[in-house]
Amino acid sequence: MKLKKINPTATANDGREATQNPGWIMNRRDFLRQSSLMAGGAALATGMSTGMMRKAQAASEPSQVDAETTTARTICTHCSVGCGIIAEVQNGVWTGQEPAFDHPFNRGAHCAKGAAVREHGHGERRLKYPTKLVDGKWKKISWEQALDEISEKLSQIRQESSPDSVYWLGSAKHSNEQAYLFRKMAAMWGTNNVDHQARICHSTTVAGVANTWGYGAMTNSYNDIHNSKAILIIGGNPTEAHPVSMQHVFKAKEENQAPLIVIDPRFTRTAAHADQYLQLRPGTDVPLVWGMLYHIFQNGWEDKEFIQQRVYGMDDVKAEVAKWTPDEVERVTGVPEEQVYQAAKTMAEHRPGTFIWCMGGTQHTIGNNNTRAYCAFQLALGNMGVAGGGTNIFRGHDNVQGATDLGVLANTLPGYYGLSEGAWKHWSGVWDLDYEWVASRFDQGSYEPKENGQTPVMNTSGIPVSRWIDGVLEKPDHIAQKDALRAMFFWGHAPNSQTRGQEMREAMDQLELMVVVDPFPTVSAVMHNRQNGLYLLPTTTQFETHGSVTASNRSLQWRDQVIEPLFESRTDHVIMYQLAQRLGFEKEMFKHIAVQNDEPVVEDITREFNRGMWTIGYTGQSPERLKKHQQNWGTFDYTSLQAAGGSCDGDYYGMPWPCWGTAEMNHPGSPNLYDTSKTVAEGGLPFRARFGVERDGVTLLAEDSWSKGSEIKDGYPEFTADLLKQLGWWQDLSAEEQQAAAGKNWKTDVSGGIQRVAIKHGCAPYGNAKARAVVWTFPDPVPIHREPLYTSRYDLVSKYPTYADRKSFWRLPTRYESIQARDYSKDFPIILTSGRLVEYEGGGDETRSNPWLAELQQDMFVELNPADANDHGIKEGDDVWVEGPEGGRIRVKALITQRVAAGVAFTPFHFGGYFEGENLRDKYPEGAAPYVSGEACNTAFTYGYDSVTAMQETKCTLCRISKA
Amino acid sequence: MGKMKFYCDEDRCIECNGCVTACKNENEVPWGVNRRRVVTINDGEPGERSLSVACMHCTDAPCQAVCPVDCFTTTPDGIVLHNKDTCIGCGYCFYACPFGAPQFPGEGQFGARGKMDKCTYCAGGPEEEDMSEAEFEKYGRNRIAEGKLPLCAEMCSTKALLAGDADVIADIYRKRVINKGGEGFGLDSLKEGLSATAPAEPAQASVQHWTPSSSAS
Repeated sequence: MKLKKINPTATANDGREATQNPGWIMNRRDFLRQSSLMAGGAALATGMSTGMMRKAQAASEPSQVDAETTTARTICTHCSVGCGIIAEVQNGVWTGQEPAFDHPFNRGAHCAKGAAVREHGHGERRLKYPTKLVDGKWKKISWEQALDEISEKLSQIRQESSPDSVYWLGSAKHSNEQAYLFRKMAAMWGTNNVDHQARICHSTTVAGVANTWGYGAMTNSYNDIHNSKAILIIGGNPTEAHPVSMQHVFKAKEENQAPLIVIDPRFTRTAAHADQYLQLRPGTDVPLVWGMLYHIFQNGWEDKEFIQQRVYGMDDVKAEVAKWTPDEVERVTGVPEEQVYQAAKTMAEHRPGTFIWCMGGTQHTIGNNNTRAYCAFQLALGNMGVAGGGTNIFRGHDNVQGATDLGVLANTLPGYYGLSEGAWKHWSGVWDLDYEWVASRFDQGSYEPKENGQTPVMNTSGIPVSRWIDGVLEKPDHIAQKDALRAMFFWGHAPNSQTRGQEMREAMDQLELMVVVDPFPTVSAVMHNRQNGLYLLPTTTQFETHGSVTASNRSLQWRDQVIEPLFESRTDHVIMYQLAQRLGFEKEMFKHIAVQNDEPVVEDITREFNRGMWTIGYTGQSPERLKKHQQNWGTFDYTSLQAAGGSCDGDYYGMPWPCWGTAEMNHPGSPNLYDTSKTVAEGGLPFRARFGVERDGVTLLAEDSWSKGSEIKDGYPEFTADLLKQLGWWQDLSAEEQQAAAGKNWKTDVSGGIQRVAIKHGCAPYGNAKARAVVWTFPDPVPIHREPLYTSRYDLVSKYPTYADRKSFWRLPTRYESIQARDYSKDFPIILTSGRLVEYEGGGDETRSNPWLAELQQDMFVELNPADANDHGIKEGDDVWVEGPEGGRIRVKALITQRVAAGVAFTPFHFGGYFEGENLRDKYPEGAAPYVSGEACNTAFTYGYDSVTAMQETKCTLCRISKA
Repeated sequence: MGKMKFYCDEDRCIECNGCVTACKNENEVPWGVNRRRVVTINDGEPGERSLSVACMHCTDAPCQAVCPVDCFTTTPDGIVLHNKDTCIGCGYCFYACPFGAPQFPGEGQFGARGKMDKCTYCAGGPEEEDMSEAEFEKYGRNRIAEGKLPLCAEMCSTKALLAGDADVIADIYRKRVINKGGEGFGLDSLKEGLSATAPAEPAQASVQHWTPSSSAS
């Protein structure tokens, strides 16, 4: 271990009440680790009534020897691996956490976060009661007062502006039921200005992947990596972001001798375990992947039969790839030919190989190009639709997949139905509401031109969460809605996970109403300069309620409630009901959802989305089946996830979607998407026929390929009532099904009859097509390289320029070339990128409030290469300013390490509570500040949005670094 | 009689700190006391490797040999425990320990765990009634008395950290070596036979519940 003495006067984090100088540092983990406890448990008492005191004290008591112990089965609320947890409860207090050895995903294992979830039962730093900012001071108020005042203001804004001036920012931390209800609430309110963190984590994946082969999700599973003969990880650091996934990676690495290839600008902890490591310049994924494909095509290593049968447009990719000669790849990415060749050869020789990516690929102005290039790579090698292959996209939050599926997005209703009139009619039908009433809730104006006239607001995508700042600050007549945003809900969101800190602060100050609904105050409570008009409403964690959650592999899991809501917090769905009551649409919203003591019955919500989510097969996972799976964790195979025997016999764990038809149909779920070696009834599938049947005279349907047992031995389009009739299968529907299915298709037939009959004949309800390597509806049909807006290689801009500016993109003017027009690389010579630390998650409000985690990572830092540090006279542990080209700057500690290349700096993004050197700690409500605070790196991150989804660019900007 | 040991597989340890927070969680270890920690060598450079380290429960424990008040005892299962009432907090064990295991809680309310604190192998303390409040207060949980293994190993994210009877750990590790192809050991030919009998082994690493009776053989 490397011991270095540091300057004893260099520490200055004041987040702690009693700081001692540590004196020694060893590595990042020990980086200025302080042995003294700061605030610790002392903060328990502040700001609580005696009743709450008792509860909180009870919660921190250890197990009581004589008390009866009950256990609850729940799922970790941190990342998307979905680790099982056994919680032990005594007298209503969460006293023990046991490993769930029989859980099929994690076999009892946890990372630092998962092993520390019991702290949620203490919740010392939680937001404890509804609070309102009055003349700059926090004032405790009642729930009733808070909800009354908020709804009154909302109604006023609705009247004066339009429903679109209220923004509903939802959460990947909601259960599926809460996410669905949240989306429904925005619809009942009458706006598409609803979105959540998926926009800023994997929106480019969802768009890229869904537009390639049909569905926007991880195709295989963490467990299926056991079958991989090679593992390629690009722009992902699972040892920190998804640690338990490495259990599965190591199994393949050891038992299959599967080589692990890591491609990342930073020598991550994952790279430390790699057989091959390629260090690319941030933002050059397309050139690198094309560089690998160059060798694959050059050597004829592609899977020609697979491409002929199941891929459209590979020749166009080939033509683009041909431009990426080894010299050019090295010139642009910085990776030598030998390494690129070796990686390509390894992937070609070890099939099936899996391809894993995360935020390093997605969070770019060309994020959608990156994700589609990854897909093209796997298609070329024939690695799709096969166990051990696939694009294993690791989602971030525990339920970001579920919240995406349930449509907490500005561009779709639940189930990716979109916002067309047909989509609204489908959901109005599921809700049993009059479509005209639903439509009447929206602003009746129209602001987006289309071919023939204007698109109504109801059918126009809303403002994405990445751009809410502009929705507030932009001139109203530049926004494609009646007025700018005037009120915002931050319902489970960390603002410090978003870029452009200075402008965000300005936007927060300009809003008339801010409502934070969260178990913690979050950075939203402190980063503004407001005096009034801000409410903090304490909601619960998922351990204080029950419901379903969707892991990255599309499995739905059921969570038991562990403890009663702490302090005065209420569950999200109770708050939604109470708000809907005040906003006057609770009768419509809860028409078929029973409400008991103001709490909507969770299972009724599950059943309601089961009745509507035909597109992606969220229909077969009834609460009863989900609970049965939860009680039978141990019966599911560790690799295939299929249950052998027992009451779930034949099912795949969590019925990974699509789980077709009604629950009665008993579909087992689809473990690996597009796997034609299984029948559709057994979880097999071809690629989806989503993009028509032909283009320019060339078929888009599969040729000479179909899923096992298909009675149609060729490609076929998606199923409709008419197609069933043409095939002579209409009579297979029962009389009732025929009545429901008439004029419908597999997505809109709510009887499930069309799906049932298609599957009975071995066919996929969505058709059998080719994947498309060319997405003609996107700005770059074949993925091409474009330099970042703030590029370190201005010399490459002329050859690889960004896009033209757009006047209205997701309702807002959006800049590309006007930013790239200026060369910032001289004044800001270092590339700035960001990523995760294992102890924290997201904006970190929750994890930095957990003392078991906070102790391990007490300081915000920037990783600097020794060469850059020496050039700037910076020593380990120095306070430095990191300043971005838009003027945002952060004051952080320097950590000097070879982990980053010269010319690249890395910052974690979980910190908050400081703003450009200013300590905001005193602005938190008493007793609710996290244990550790620090600068939010995104304060210095800059403008830049993906050309399809408006994903923010957080993986590549520029900065300059100077000693503070 | 079994010998309880820890083993950390450096090819699998990813420094996720699950073991560290599992320990905090199970034993309510206060801020500033690190019964277990993960050390990393070559941090950020090729050859970076991490290991999770706590008290190794030495068979011939140096701490025990040097303790001036003789507060250490070794249980029949080979777990090294110390009596916090006898301990004088001199720190001599700190000199003797090759692993930096002994911890010395700071002053104030978090010094409540006594003069010296260290990993108990989740076996509570030496002198109190098993699983009593008093034992928990001073030493933390007694999982061994419940027939369980230390939570750090049971929760290890990649099954790098193993705990249990040394013979059992050795068996698990041997299988892993063969699975890896036995590079350099000429064991490649054994691999096929082994994976046929034990295909899903790795997750079983610390899964096997140790019970007092099963270790008594």
